[in-house]
Amino acid sequence: MLRPLSTIGNYVLLMRRVFTKPQKGRLFWQQLFFEIDQLGLDSIGIVAFISMFMGAVVAIQTAYNIDSPLIPMSMVGFTTRQSVILEFSPTVISLILAGKVGSRIASQIGTMRVTEQIDALEIMGVNSANYLIFPKVVASVLINPVLIVFSMCLGIIGGWGAMMFSRLVSMHDYILGIRYDFEAYTIFYALTKTIFFAFIIATVSGYFGYQTQGGALEVGQASTKAVVISSIVIILFNLVLTQLLLG
Amino acid sequence: MIEARNINKYFGENHVLRDVSCTFHPGKTNLIIGQSGSGKTVLMKCLVGLFEVDNGKVLYDDRNFSAMNINQRKAIRQELGMLFQGAALFDSMNVQENVMFPLNMFTRKTLEEKFDRVNFVLKRVNLENQNKLMPSELSGGMKKRVAIARAIVMNPKYLYCDEPNSGLDPQTSSVIDLLIQELTYEYGITTIVNTHDMNSVLSIGDSIEFIHKGQIWWSGNKEEILHMGNQELNDFVFGTELTKRLRK
Repeated sequence: MLRPLSTIGNYVLLMRRVFTKPQKGRLFWQQLFFEIDQLGLDSIGIVAFISMFMGAVVAIQTAYNIDSPLIPMSMVGFTTRQSVILEFSPTVISLILAGKVGSRIASQIGTMRVTEQIDALEIMGVNSANYLIFPKVVASVLINPVLIVFSMCLGIIGGWGAMMFSRLVSMHDYILGIRYDFEAYTIFYALTKTIFFAFIIATVSGYFGYQTQGGALEVGQASTKAVVISSIVIILFNLVLTQLLLG
Repeated sequence: MIEARNINKYFGENHVLRDVSCTFHPGKTNLIIGQSGSGKTVLMKCLVGLFEVDNGKVLYDDRNFSAMNINQRKAIRQELGMLFQGAALFDSMNVQENVMFPLNMFTRKTLEEKFDRVNFVLKRVNLENQNKLMPSELSGGMKKRVAIARAIVMNPKYLYCDEPNSGLDPQTSSVIDLLIQELTYEYGITTIVNTHDMNSVLSIGDSIEFIHKGQIWWSGNKEEILHMGNQELNDFVFGTELTKRLRK
């Protein structure tokens, strides 16, 4: 019982050190652009691949499940759009990013810890928590929504591609479905979730990396913990945010 | 001058440092020696503030470092450099960027001035024209020399070296030892070297603190250390086959 509480306490204390004014603005911007490239642009490939196939599978499964002639086939497009925008892109892609980006952050910072690079920063008088974690948090919060919008587009295109090749639904019906009863609020909901999830991925992974003690084995454990805990927290916040924003 | 006054440090029930008091003088290479697990690394980490002392105080030229908050400590930290056991170079930066990092972080020098300073210190550690190499491309000795260059680039008043010879061959160790000693004399730095290498002790030990079971057991210099009757000190000093033969 005490261990989770102590972890939360240490996390809050670390975040107090992270969210301070950067010591040198120019270095912060340099780091920020570097992290946007490393954490965001480097993930475009995997996000594109998963989104296309996810959209295609949702469309095929929906088409397969529509037996009744009373349900119009445009429902395939509508369901694909809603599933991709409301859940698959913001949540599933965030979980994928928790694995890819989270493990990268935790192992990078953890390695710096065990090789005394963080001590070297502290000795120089640098706020190492702010210098290492803050640019990653800002980069994730800025770039993840872009990735998610990209994922939504590709998910819907993936569904369209699957319908085109399988001929389960006509293109006219699919496009009619994705345009039917569109509410911009769903995008707002998805992006709000994404920003929360991005914050969780960067801070939780940063925390586990920063607290690493030992050697290579502990860096691996920190990386695994970062992914597992980030994923659990994302799932919990998914429910809470959904209730708050849609309930 | 750096002073440790009655420092105590506990890790849980484990009393690691017991009333440690010692003084480290400027312009001298001050060595902390002792067996593995004797508490010398903990003492060094207490001196630089990586560990908080449980009681006692650390003074930098009569400024009470232990009583300072983070912001007050920053001023002192910019006056000290440290060479870590594994060099602790930033993996993502090349030699030049590593050495330039403190200048980028804490000074308003122009890029040209920074390049001049970086090239000067790299030349001083005999690493001219190696600016673009990455840490992964450097040998153990080169890494240590880059780390020394980074530690002295801000003209520190205090220099800490944690096991500067670990993982190095005897010849390279001597080169690093002499470099540390030369820099100490040249700039009048208060240098503290944490080591258990007897070659270093005998070549650069201007002042030596022998730490045993968390206590300062003996203080002296390289001339005195070979002629002491202290059993624990002799066990340490004459612990290797080579020193045993020399003694005979």
